[in-house]
Amino acid sequence: MEKYVYIALFAPFVSSLFAALFGMTPKKMFVGIIASTLLAISFLASAILAIEIAQTGSPIHVMMLDWISAGDLNIPFGFVVDQVSVTMMTVVTLVSTVVHIYSIGYMDHDKSFNRFFSYLSAFVFSMMILVMSDNFAGLFIGWEGVGVCSWLLIGFWYHKADVSPEENPSISPSWAANEAFIVNRIADLAMLVGIFTLYWNTGSLQYDVVFNDIPHLSEGILTTAAIALFIGAMGKSAQFPLHTWLTDAMEGPTPVSALIHAATMVTAGVFLVIRANPLFSVTPEVSYFIASLGTFVAFFAASMALVNRDLKRIIAYSTLSQLGYMFAAAGLGAYWIALFHLAAHAFFKALLFLGAGNVMHAMHDELDIFKMGGLKKSMKWTYIYMGVASLALAGIPPFAGFFSKDAIIETAFNEGTIILWIILVVTAGMTAFYSFRQVFLTFEGDERYKEFGIHPHEMYKFVLIAMSPLALLAVIAGFFQETFHELIIELLPNYEMSEHTHHLTWILGIVVLAFAIGGIVLARYKYINGLHRDEKVENSFVYQLLKNQYYIPKFYAEFISKPYAMISSLMWRSIDMKIVDASVDAIANFIYSSGDKTRRIQTGNLSNYLNWMSFGLVALLIMAAISSVIG
Amino acid sequence: MIELNDYLILSGLLFAIGLVGVLRRKNLLMLFFATEVMLNAANIAFAATSHYYNDLSGQMFAFFIIAVAASEVAVGLGLLIVLYKRYGTLDLDNLASMKG
Repeated sequence: MEKYVYIALFAPFVSSLFAALFGMTPKKMFVGIIASTLLAISFLASAILAIEIAQTGSPIHVMMLDWISAGDLNIPFGFVVDQVSVTMMTVVTLVSTVVHIYSIGYMDHDKSFNRFFSYLSAFVFSMMILVMSDNFAGLFIGWEGVGVCSWLLIGFWYHKADVSPEENPSISPSWAANEAFIVNRIADLAMLVGIFTLYWNTGSLQYDVVFNDIPHLSEGILTTAAIALFIGAMGKSAQFPLHTWLTDAMEGPTPVSALIHAATMVTAGVFLVIRANPLFSVTPEVSYFIASLGTFVAFFAASMALVNRDLKRIIAYSTLSQLGYMFAAAGLGAYWIALFHLAAHAFFKALLFLGAGNVMHAMHDELDIFKMGGLKKSMKWTYIYMGVASLALAGIPPFAGFFSKDAIIETAFNEGTIILWIILVVTAGMTAFYSFRQVFLTFEGDERYKEFGIHPHEMYKFVLIAMSPLALLAVIAGFFQETFHELIIELLPNYEMSEHTHHLTWILGIVVLAFAIGGIVLARYKYINGLHRDEKVENSFVYQLLKNQYYIPKFYAEFISKPYAMISSLMWRSIDMKIVDASVDAIANFIYSSGDKTRRIQTGNLSNYLNWMSFGLVALLIMAAISSVIG
Repeated sequence: MIELNDYLILSGLLFAIGLVGVLRRKNLLMLFFATEVMLNAANIAFAATSHYYNDLSGQMFAFFIIAVAASEVAVGLGLLIVLYKRYGTLDLDNLASMKG
């Protein structure tokens, strides 16, 4: 079985290196094909491992080599394939394979086609390291690798010029890439603090050792570590207040968005919380905070999605919202439900993004849904795919989202956190509304794109076929809930609904469903016949507040970026220029001027030189004599 | 009776004379003479001490110095002749071409 572990891990790496060989050359079709094939191999290996784990139930632990061995510190390069990581591996490689194939079609006309595949595969490789590592150090390497690759990919079209935030809130790809990277750095600092805290107190970074030591640690240390690790997860999973980068990251090519949102990046935070569940389950305050923050973000992101006009940003907000659901579940102790929602969400979210990519491709990179409409005639398959994905997202049975999201909402009820439950139910309604607002505005109603002279066309056949596994899984993934449950609780703590909740299950389900269907019906009523803009609503305070993302980006720009820039420039002028630079310059000037003054010794006259030489000799002799007398 | 000290004093005097020559003379040829005087001052000291200690190695060393001095003079005089042909003088004050 060990070889499958290595194949699953290193196939994306090989793919990345191979594509990198052709990084600077014009488009080569075989690069895309080979990269996709290697990813598919990685998926197959992961699937074999998944079956193996499901059958035997015993994790596979491989120790590749010793990595750091200094004093008491001993960090090996080890990988563990257990129920949690094998779930992540399968989901990640499956979505990534589809995204790779999709990119062959989507990046068709891009001159950096080969480079794109290199980055894409490296992204997957980093994520694989992240999920497979058996220690925090490996996790952190994957974590940073994912950060770097996201920076490379969000800024893939770095040549685009900056525009004002009014015109495009994310300014430019390179700006968005930097934002994502810097925000993640802030969170990573906290994550490092968490890892160091654990290492300092347990003397190891191996998961097993650390988690076995937890009963011996004091409450303060555990809380510190849990908070610090969760801040790291907040950055990667774009939780409030570090969420702004996620929507701006839409500047990257659409396959990248699909990858970031479904497989390789934002889920890392949830994965960390699930992986470190022994730590979080002994710190109930932190867990409750996670649940509350998750619920808040679910609502907060959904509210911003209600009014957004950008096709990809709406989907990005929905990711944010669904991540909130996952954190809510994890915070309430239902780790397996969080992981289940993560997997189900990955399928339909990737599908949504790839569908959005098809629309972009057809609409010549136009993203404003107010300028679309009536696309169902020319893009039937994309309509079906996005419809299915939106139904799954909205949580309509029997689609995948229903099972996973309903379980989370039920958990909130079961835990007696009624406020969280109410917010999550309302958010479910909002989710249904905004996802169908987007679908209807894009595909139904009047054909508003005509006045912009766009002739939409359906995506290539092979791309549509490649997307079909995701569509299938978005429909059926929910049926595997019980199987998944049985498999995963061998590793994760079980979470069952209480008897009381069990009786109410169908009522709770109906409440959620009523909200979801209500949202869809409302969206249909408002948008099925095309767009009717209402000046009064659009100028209202709430609409403007939501449209401007609660003015948070502005707030950050005014109160963090600008003061920081001011302090930096102050430091530059007063400290750097006047103290650091000045002292370095003074040393250089002293040496220069002393050289200039002593230059005169060099007369070119041999006699003078000999005089100086004898003078030096005598001086040295005298010094030697003095030192021997003193010594 | 001539003691070791007398030799050493002679050697020191000769060395001082050579050194003053090196410091004060401006003619390159005279510089060579001065250096030779210094070298031979050292030779005297070597030979005398060697005799005093009844150890031949000092005299051996003196031979080496004579050999080295001879070859040095051979090369030095060659260069000196070339210099003279080129500049028509051996005065160091007029040969200063490497001014810093």
